[in-house]
Amino acid sequence: MFSGIMTTTWIAATMVALVAGTVGFFVVLRGAAFAAHAVPHGSFGGAAGAALLVGIDGSILGVSGTIVGLLVFAVGGALGIAWLGRRGRHDVATALSLVVMLGLGLLFLSLSQDYAPAIYSLLFGEVTGVPSYDLIPMAVLGAACIGATVLLYRPLMLSSVLREVGEARGVRGHRVETGFLLVVALATTMTVPVVGVLLMFSLMIGPAAGARCFTDNPRTAILLTVAIAVLVVWIAVAVSYLTNWPIGFFVGVSGALVYGVGRAWTAHRVRHAIPDGGRAEPVAELA
Amino acid sequence: MSASLGAIFGPGFFGSAPVHAALAGGAIVAVVTGAVGLFTVLRSQAFAGHALGEVGATGGAVALLAGTSPLYGYLGIAIAAGAVIELLGVQRPRARDLATGLVLGAGLGLAALFLYLDTTASSTTGAPVTVLFGSLFAVSQSMLPEIVVLSAVSLAIVVACYRMLLLSSLSADLAAARGVPVRVIGVAYLVALAVAVSLAAATIGAVLATALVIGPPASALRLTKRPGLAVLVASVIGIVAVWLGVLLAYDSFYWPPAGTGWPVSFFVVADVFAFYLLSGAVARLRQSARRQRRAREVADVAGG
Repeated sequence: MFSGIMTTTWIAATMVALVAGTVGFFVVLRGAAFAAHAVPHGSFGGAAGAALLVGIDGSILGVSGTIVGLLVFAVGGALGIAWLGRRGRHDVATALSLVVMLGLGLLFLSLSQDYAPAIYSLLFGEVTGVPSYDLIPMAVLGAACIGATVLLYRPLMLSSVLREVGEARGVRGHRVETGFLLVVALATTMTVPVVGVLLMFSLMIGPAAGARCFTDNPRTAILLTVAIAVLVVWIAVAVSYLTNWPIGFFVGVSGALVYGVGRAWTAHRVRHAIPDGGRAEPVAELA
Repeated sequence: MSASLGAIFGPGFFGSAPVHAALAGGAIVAVVTGAVGLFTVLRSQAFAGHALGEVGATGGAVALLAGTSPLYGYLGIAIAAGAVIELLGVQRPRARDLATGLVLGAGLGLAALFLYLDTTASSTTGAPVTVLFGSLFAVSQSMLPEIVVLSAVSLAIVVACYRMLLLSSLSADLAAARGVPVRVIGVAYLVALAVAVSLAAATIGAVLATALVIGPPASALRLTKRPGLAVLVASVIGIVAVWLGVLLAYDSFYWPPAGTGWPVSFFVVADVFAFYLLSGAVARLRQSARRQRRAREVADVAGG
């Protein structure tokens, strides 16, 4: 389980969890679950397009074609959501961007007629889905994601929690939104090959939604989110390796479980709350 | 005349049974999704609309494993998921999206497992693509009665609650003040949505289901503010998009690469998106015309 190709998997999976946890905290804080679902899901079209151009195992400029395709579609989808969302309803913009990307993906898929197992592992993830030469591009993308999140930390917090105060302080809501969607797109590109396009967002929102129930402090919550995400991914990889079942199954179900435990804990705490008045309203609840 | 018609409609278009079934099934689904989807857009539940269709894939996979009709698998899971989303009982839009996302994640996780079991059990390797993406040409004549009945159920719920649904969609507080049971209406609506979306997902695929539930109603709402008229416009846009898509897909058989044909879902999605952009342009043109007219009136009053 810890030798040969699996070393690559463990490194990749850990990086995936670090990035998904960090970005996921803000996804939950901003209520951007739909965008976090749409960008990875839609980027499937890019992977299908790359497979049509260079074949399912082909490479573009030394990076595997899948990663390049995912990157192009994820960034395109993020910009599309931001652009359409400026003139119309946000959830409608997200839904339409998603279906357009998937429609293109279907077209590419039917033209290339690739064999189905490759598509299946792209949709639901595969333990050994990452070739070792992709580790460096993944690390670069992951570092860019975490770096951008650190840089955007204050404006993101402000515009997520107190939008009006943020606007008054000169935080441009729309620019922050676009920047944030681009971070989600980068995170998507690096995490999808391991977890798959369909369950990637589960890894983003499950741990973050759970962590929010245990702490009110945003920094503690981010650390807790990352810790839960790493744990979830490690367990998923190990169990998936042993049972040969798809990794997406374990990620999706444990994401919901973490949230369920968090909700139960909150309910328990409310019921047994000592009336000391010392418990401040959680910051995130203001949203 | 007939030569130019022949160039538009490929040979045998009107005589083909799969085309008839696709046109009829697609039109029924377009009408239902147009009516139900209008409220989805008004209530900002696009994510729920998408999620119910996609979660249905779990049911499709289970039905494939059990060897029954996928339609009922889709339906059962979609209604169950809708109930769970509503039972989690979150009213704030952000938290509601989160609950929807987690239900969707768990559902897709199960879909991954069942599809895996499908492929290992029967080596039908095309299962994931069929279940998740579907095709309009997979609609068969024998499915039409089921489609009609389920559409009627979904439409009946919406018609029965029309006024209360409209009020609670536009302002939940106002509706509650006037004695509308907002929670009950919310649950009833999610059931109607689940039926409509799973019907669409099972017959024409999850991608098209989302496109038809969101696209035509959103376009219609940009063109008119009257809800009754918007339902009509959304249904017409939906039908035109589907029929145009079927026609193009049929003709694409003669496009490169020869002999494969392009997927019908791609064309329908492209049509829906084009209608959305077009309706936005029309709305902007109308708005600027109105502004100019008002400016002219002001100038007339000032000049006279």
